[in-house]
Amino acid sequence: MSLLSFYSRNTAELLGLTWQHVYLVAVSTGAAIMVGVPLGVALTRRPAWRAPVLGLANVFQTIPSLALFGFLIPLFGIGAWTAITALIVYALLPIIRNTYTGIAGVDPAVREAGRGMGMTDRELLRLVELPLAAGVILAGIRVATVVSVGVATIGAAIGAGGLGVYIFRGVATVDDTLIMAGALPAALLALAADAALGIAERRLAWQR
Amino acid sequence: MTAALEVRGLKYALPADGRILVQNVSFTVGLGETLVLLGRSGSGKTTTLKLINRLLEPTAGEVLVAGQRAAALESTRLRRRIGYVIQEVGLFPHFTVAQNVGLVPRLERWPADRIAARVSELLALVGLDPSAFQARYPHELSGGQRQRVGVARALAADPPLLLLDEPFGALDPITRVELQREFHGLERRLGKGMVFVTHDVREGLLLGTRIGLMQQGRLVFLGTPGEFRASTQPEAVAFMGAADEAR
Repeated sequence: MSLLSFYSRNTAELLGLTWQHVYLVAVSTGAAIMVGVPLGVALTRRPAWRAPVLGLANVFQTIPSLALFGFLIPLFGIGAWTAITALIVYALLPIIRNTYTGIAGVDPAVREAGRGMGMTDRELLRLVELPLAAGVILAGIRVATVVSVGVATIGAAIGAGGLGVYIFRGVATVDDTLIMAGALPAALLALAADAALGIAERRLAWQR
Repeated sequence: MTAALEVRGLKYALPADGRILVQNVSFTVGLGETLVLLGRSGSGKTTTLKLINRLLEPTAGEVLVAGQRAAALESTRLRRRIGYVIQEVGLFPHFTVAQNVGLVPRLERWPADRIAARVSELLALVGLDPSAFQARYPHELSGGQRQRVGVARALAADPPLLLLDEPFGALDPITRVELQREFHGLERRLGKGMVFVTHDVREGLLLGTRIGLMQQGRLVFLGTPGEFRASTQPEAVAFMGAADEAR
């Protein structure tokens, strides 16, 4: 059975699984941004937190994804929320790290001028540091998103749905077409996310 | 009339190891006066400047800006009343020239038309044509133009006091002389109190109404440029000697 005829007969299912996939990635990356960016900012204000927080995020990153999904099942059961939790954990490191690096990379003279002119810490962050670090922060979000699209396929193993459903089904039935039916749109999603965020990143990067 | 700045018995010791960087520094700067703080690298000039706008908190002593105790004000409020110019300029690279100059007025929530008028006025004052420059970004400017914008930015909210930390130190010799000469004219027109840090004696003698010589964290000489030239204080003699040699 060819891929095209498979898609034409299962269009509704394909769209449903693609939507689930996008949902898993969007919700988890969104949550990781809401946690990771403030945490990255906090690290620039409290140097003592830096090593433990980045270290912990690093450790999470090294846990094999299937194992992490497995560890979380006793906590959250099977289904989308477990997968989303795992994806948040993976997305945090690049976002925290790039937020920290981006802000730490702001020219010290610019920061001193801002302070010397009477900016409060909040004003300095909002008007100067975050805009100047935006390109680097977005690069972190981009990495996190692309990784999430790939890792989210494993969510199917714990009943979270997504394009991994086809892949696992194909592996179980030794059906290459079915594996491809899941892998191809997942890859395209990753490429599309990468390209879109790449454009945004270039727009936000400040050339001197 | 209250002085633009009064410094009494200023002392700063590093919080980490207690090493003393500035000790027993006192001086007064009136409106229309420029006190040049002269000294070698590490003599405490820049530290003194940062103690005035509280980028560093004094260990002891008192700072009064336009008659008000600096320590009693919120540090951000204090700094908005003090213009600050540094050698590296520190223009915001993502802001246009107009946004850079208009920053403090914006923080102080001036109406937009008043900010725009003030920006044009200041750019003209520092010798930059407002219509040609206000929409440019810092990376499109030469070093001299950047420092002009830096001075305009420091003057934006019309502070009574201006602190300048080697503002012309990073410029090429020709641009430096040009800016020194213009700044000399500006000093008179503005009538503000200024503290100008430099290690260049000739710059100090040109721009200062008084010279304060610093050595190892202490003010070892304070007087007019004429008195400085005639001084027998060893460090002053050393500085004058270096200036003569360079001629």
